[in-house]
Amino acid sequence: MHAIDYEAPTTLAQAVSILKAHGENARPFCGGTDIIVQLRAGVRRTEHLVDVKKIKELQTLFFDAKQGLRLGAAVPCIEISESDVMRRYYPGLTEAAHLIGSLQIQNRASVGGNLCNGSPAADTTPALIALGARARVVGPNGEREVPVEAFVVSPGRTVLKPGELLVELLVPAPAPHSSDAYLRFIPRNEMDIAVVGVGASLTLDGDKVKAARIALGAVAATPILAAKAADAIIGKKLDDAALEAAGHAASDACSPIDDMRGTAEFRLHIAAVLTRRVLSIAAERAKKN
Amino acid sequence: MSKKTLVEATINGETIEFLCEPRQSLLEALRDVLELTGSKEGCLTGDCGACTVLVDGRAVCSCLMLGVEAQGKSIVTVEGLATNGVLSVLQNKFLEHAALQCGICTPGFLISAKSLLDRNPKPTEHEVRYALAGNLCRCTGYDKIVKAVLDAAADIRSQGEVKAAPR
Ligand SMILES: Cc1cc2nc3c(=O)[nH]c(=O)nc-3n(C[C@@H](O)[C@@H](O)[C@H](O)COP(=O)(O)OP(=O)(O)OC[C@H]3O[C@@H](n4cnc5c(N)ncnc54)[C@H](O)[C@@H]3O)c2cc1C
Ligand code: FES
Ligand code: FES
Repeated sequence: MHAIDYEAPTTLAQAVSILKAHGENARPFCGGTDIIVQLRAGVRRTEHLVDVKKIKELQTLFFDAKQGLRLGAAVPCIEISESDVMRRYYPGLTEAAHLIGSLQIQNRASVGGNLCNGSPAADTTPALIALGARARVVGPNGEREVPVEAFVVSPGRTVLKPGELLVELLVPAPAPHSSDAYLRFIPRNEMDIAVVGVGASLTLDGDKVKAARIALGAVAATPILAAKAADAIIGKKLDDAALEAAGHAASDACSPIDDMRGTAEFRLHIAAVLTRRVLSIAAERAKKN
Repeated sequence: MSKKTLVEATINGETIEFLCEPRQSLLEALRDVLELTGSKEGCLTGDCGACTVLVDGRAVCSCLMLGVEAQGKSIVTVEGLATNGVLSVLQNKFLEHAALQCGICTPGFLISAKSLLDRNPKPTEHEVRYALAGNLCRCTGYDKIVKAVLDAAADIRSQGEVKAAPR
């Protein structure tokens, strides 16, 4: 790896001022599971790593039944899967975090880093989009909130400007009779990059779907919100016909590529299958809430 | 070249200071600076687990952590498993079950297995396989490793019972 400088500020203000001072030449650094690999391979370059793990706001995992979840950008995936609150209220986001790499990786990798790395196949991003999460960003010009579906702009690029950093993810509290789920397809049992990933959250009103959000990963240049797939089931009973329609609409929302993990045609097929499955799982969970 | 940073960490129970460049991984710091060559380099991409060490009790790939991040942390490497030259139960069980051939993966497997048994003294075979899924072995076919870990768990539990019994 080329020579770099490293700083580990303990406050947001310090982090922003260091990032601002170095502009394009600095990058936030969290669990390192993407950035170290990329620096070593020479696919990203930076002069200055700003470790954000010592900043309190970024390490917060706080749930309130009314206000919802504040998930600090640096909270490692392992803390999510070990959290009773996360398993109970956000099982889909929890299963996405639990799918990332091995335990060694989950002990370091953060959900914030998974999002900021900007991969179209990041597992936790569709789960966040499905939940209607917003990203709270702080920078030299103050702070702003960005819906997660608008955060990644192209493979490896996000809305973050030099000097800005992701502080936390704000996730609404689940309404009564709601839940979420995440499924991905990979060619092996564990440890691979998603060929397709689908996250869904829904709210039931009796046997009808009152609200829903469906998001997909690895099927376009960025993770996507498939609004038409959700429209296909809102106000309806979640029967086979509704699931079929949602699956079709999800597949229509995709613009996948052929790569070594799967052809575009295969991805379109799997997107529909996973959408049906993930909705059924979320609905079963929602009935119990 | 960027300047070296002074890092103070507890390594295998001993507080030490060392100098390393920010670009050096913890694995490089351990092997090249501290001459603790037990942790191995396999892939440098987080896939093989040969470089696994415990950081504040959690298993991590030392190839994907910077040496400077060790500041104030407690690190355990394979060199920290034996006590005064006496191998740990886990290490002995690996030998007994012939759970290694070339041995390059063994330090990583031992650390991942320790991390599991520290948290879960009675793992199922499935739990052992899950906990070791981030460690690759090209020689043994894994069965012997899994058996060694299950046997070590049973042994440690029975030792615990012996210790707890006399009252
Ligand atoms: C072996 C292995 C297996 C993996 N398996 C999976 C998998 O199955 N699914 C999956 O989705 N991912 C997988 N990953 C990638 C996953 O580990 C990363 O995407 C991780 O979540 C990134 O988080 P991090 O904390 O390690 O980020 P880092 O690597 O530290 O940073 C990632 C990027 O985000 C930026 N960044 C980090 N934090 C912030 C912040 N607060 N504000 C602004 N920018 C920030 C950094 O500048 C960098 O560009 C795997 C990685 C490895 C090595
Ligand atoms: S060398 Fe670190 S995981 Fe392979
Ligand atoms: S013993 Fe050779 S790689 Fe495991």
